[in-house]
Amino acid sequence: MTAASDMMGGRSATTAPAAIELRGISKAFGPVQANRNINLSVPKGTIHGIIGENGAGKSTLMSILYGFYKPDSGQVLVNGQPITIADSQTAIRAGIGMVFQHFKLVQNFTVLENIILGVEDGALLRPSLSKARGVLKQLATEYQLNVDPDETIENLSVGHQQRVEILKALYRQADILILDEPTGVLTPAEADHLFRILEGLRDEGKTIILITHKLREIMDITDNVSVMRRGEMVASVKTAETSPEHLAELMVGRKVLLNVEKTPATPKAPILEVRNLTMTDIEGVERLRGIDLNIRAGEILGLAGVSGNGQTTLLEILGGYPPKGSKVGGEIRMNGAPLPIGGRGCDAAQRRRSGIGHIPEDRQVEGLIMDFAAWENVAFGWQDAPEFTKGMLMDNAAIRADAAAKMERFDVRPRNPNLAARNFSGGNQQKIVVAREIERNPDLLLIGQPTRGVDIGAIEFIHKQIVALRDAGKAILLVSVELDEILALSDRIAVMFDGRIMGERLPGNTTTGELGLLMAGVTDTDHTPENAGIPPGTAHVDDLPQEPV
Amino acid sequence: MKFKDSLIALIVLGICLVWAVIDGGAASQGIGSALRLMTPLLLACLAGLYSERAGVFDIGLEGKMLMAAFTAASVAYLTGSAWLGLLAGIGGSLALSLVHGLASITFRGNQLIAGVAINFLASGLTVLVGQNAFGLGGRTPALTGAGRFQPITLPFADALRDVPVVGPIYSGLISGNTILVYVALLLVPVTWWVLFRTRFGLRLRAVGENPASVDTAGVSVTRLRYAAVAICGILCGIAGAYLATGLSAGFVKEMTAGRGFIALAALIFAKWRPWQALFATFLFGLLEAIANLYPNLDLGFITIPSMFMNALPYILTVIILAGFVGRAIPPRAGGEPYVKER
Repeated sequence: MTAASDMMGGRSATTAPAAIELRGISKAFGPVQANRNINLSVPKGTIHGIIGENGAGKSTLMSILYGFYKPDSGQVLVNGQPITIADSQTAIRAGIGMVFQHFKLVQNFTVLENIILGVEDGALLRPSLSKARGVLKQLATEYQLNVDPDETIENLSVGHQQRVEILKALYRQADILILDEPTGVLTPAEADHLFRILEGLRDEGKTIILITHKLREIMDITDNVSVMRRGEMVASVKTAETSPEHLAELMVGRKVLLNVEKTPATPKAPILEVRNLTMTDIEGVERLRGIDLNIRAGEILGLAGVSGNGQTTLLEILGGYPPKGSKVGGEIRMNGAPLPIGGRGCDAAQRRRSGIGHIPEDRQVEGLIMDFAAWENVAFGWQDAPEFTKGMLMDNAAIRADAAAKMERFDVRPRNPNLAARNFSGGNQQKIVVAREIERNPDLLLIGQPTRGVDIGAIEFIHKQIVALRDAGKAILLVSVELDEILALSDRIAVMFDGRIMGERLPGNTTTGELGLLMAGVTDTDHTPENAGIPPGTAHVDDLPQEPV
Repeated sequence: MKFKDSLIALIVLGICLVWAVIDGGAASQGIGSALRLMTPLLLACLAGLYSERAGVFDIGLEGKMLMAAFTAASVAYLTGSAWLGLLAGIGGSLALSLVHGLASITFRGNQLIAGVAINFLASGLTVLVGQNAFGLGGRTPALTGAGRFQPITLPFADALRDVPVVGPIYSGLISGNTILVYVALLLVPVTWWVLFRTRFGLRLRAVGENPASVDTAGVSVTRLRYAAVAICGILCGIAGAYLATGLSAGFVKEMTAGRGFIALAALIFAKWRPWQALFATFLFGLLEAIANLYPNLDLGFITIPSMFMNALPYILTVIILAGFVGRAIPPRAGGEPYVKER
């Protein structure tokens, strides 16, 4: 074995330097450490996957490579040469092209105009346009990247718009192509076409970095894969030597086992029944493919899964606010009565009246109005309640008193109802939301990522509240990407993958390994040796720490 | 050009034609007047076009024109040169443009509020400084001779005067205007060419539609927007200078009389396109000219009072802004300061 093939990847037998090498990259936004001491080496002519959950720091890392952010420390090497990427222009000159998750295209420009923007050959457009037309024709035949050069972007499908982004990078003679969540907006057929294009590009010697949280894509087309978790690069392995469940485990992480004291559940009558729930979003992508769920009074159903597999959509529909432009089908029953799933009468207020409480996944966007005071936030959703109103006016004194009492009971610190939500720490912000929803005594509580970005003390407190609510005979749907949280709290566990429920397990009768398989979309029937035979830990792993610090 | 796009042009030409048939002499005079009244509107409209196409909304056109009118009139009076006045006008307007740029580009403030502030600033400052300097209640002394832009007689204008049809149009309409009228007219094709045929124009339009696309292409959003705002300042400067040293003979308090806002309405009417801007502003000029020519329009059965005639341009403005002439889609990133996202 030569030194070069020892380097993970090893497609080339030469001693050529890596296309991209990162040494000790760190980047913080205020108190949030988005990237911590990242090391990465991407060999030339390979497809390298970077996988991790939302918020793991993947996009920040790539933005550093594209000159959007300056790293606080660390070094970037392109083709073996140290380089300071101060802006996008430098990145482009170094041969780095970026396809963003949200396309950076001018909607009412033609394909050609978008492609030459920023790399025009002179002050006049005509020569640049005709040159680009020629280059485009050549690229189209070379890589199956057909797009009508004179079509306006807004008339193109999302898949074609993405091709324009790729063409933009190639027109700038990028040798290293970074794609950020490229399949998020694509139909499966479009995604397959994209993969063929990427393989063609690799075979021409281009280096491709694919950022995603979808395990299937990683397994399908990457040569190597690096896993990020909470701002750290936790592993870099050859794709052929790993398995989906191993990657899922690395992504989600194995934390110290959470200890929640709870008695066995004594479930009673069904509260929520979901039958064949489907959802197609505005882009025509199927996000939910027939969900069936039952939650009974006095039990916690944990919904596990890698983020982005439809959990958010499910919560939004159950919460009464399906994404704009989406088509929802199926049936939802609450205490036996059907709930509207779209159109008139389907809103969060209606859900609340039906006895549903909701702790949304993103407290800063959906749970709170950050610039409003805590007491106002505690009243939201119930501002029309008789005890909060005096005729047509709000009874601010009553709301304040109510907020103060709830903050006392939920130990929100500082205990100042007049403070804006933004001035509380993450854990205390979450406690405000939890207090608001639990204190209303809902029959069903929807909980999304209850402890994301919450300190350990608050986690324990919130978990206790959830269990107490269950013991009071309420039904709880707990959606979390933290497997340990699911295992510690749930009475039953359902695993979601690609808009489907892959299966249900009882927490006492399952293992993280089994759940990891389900989270990776592997059911018992296609539990084939090649994607399940390798026990975690035997694959080659970089000498980076595997456990979170 | 689609039929709908040329609608304004057809309306305007129709009005002119009908007028010429009814009363040829008055029409010739009125259309000439309309051309001159259109000029400041057109310049301001094109000024707004550059700025808003780059994504910076500018309701401070009025204030910039007013400031330019004042500085132009003052300097023209003090130096006796309309050209130096023009330069001063451009300078005065540019200074306010810089304020607008600082507030809305560098400090990412609210563009509308910055524009309102500029209008107030110009309105107060011109009168204050004017009164202090000249003691005429905010006016500047009347300009004479070289202090004003004089009409230019184009070649053969006199020779062709008596030729039917061509004569009155060439000699009466096309010839005999000040240089700034021709500059304004020339700026229409120039603006079209710059926007749609040059690299600068492509980037300018892109930055008003999706600044992130420009940023990721490695081009400075800030520089482009400042350039656009500066061009806006220069054109507003010419517009103001024309008002004070071409159309009138000196500065009068609040002499822009809402022209900046009319120009904005015309810009929306024209859907942010240069040729349409020409016809839209000409329509406003025409209305103003008709009101001047027929103070009390006698239709036989009813006499329309002059107040109504004078209000016509403003009524049209309200109609346009209320969206009665079809939906106009502004540049998508208009009004939004650019903040690099994660």
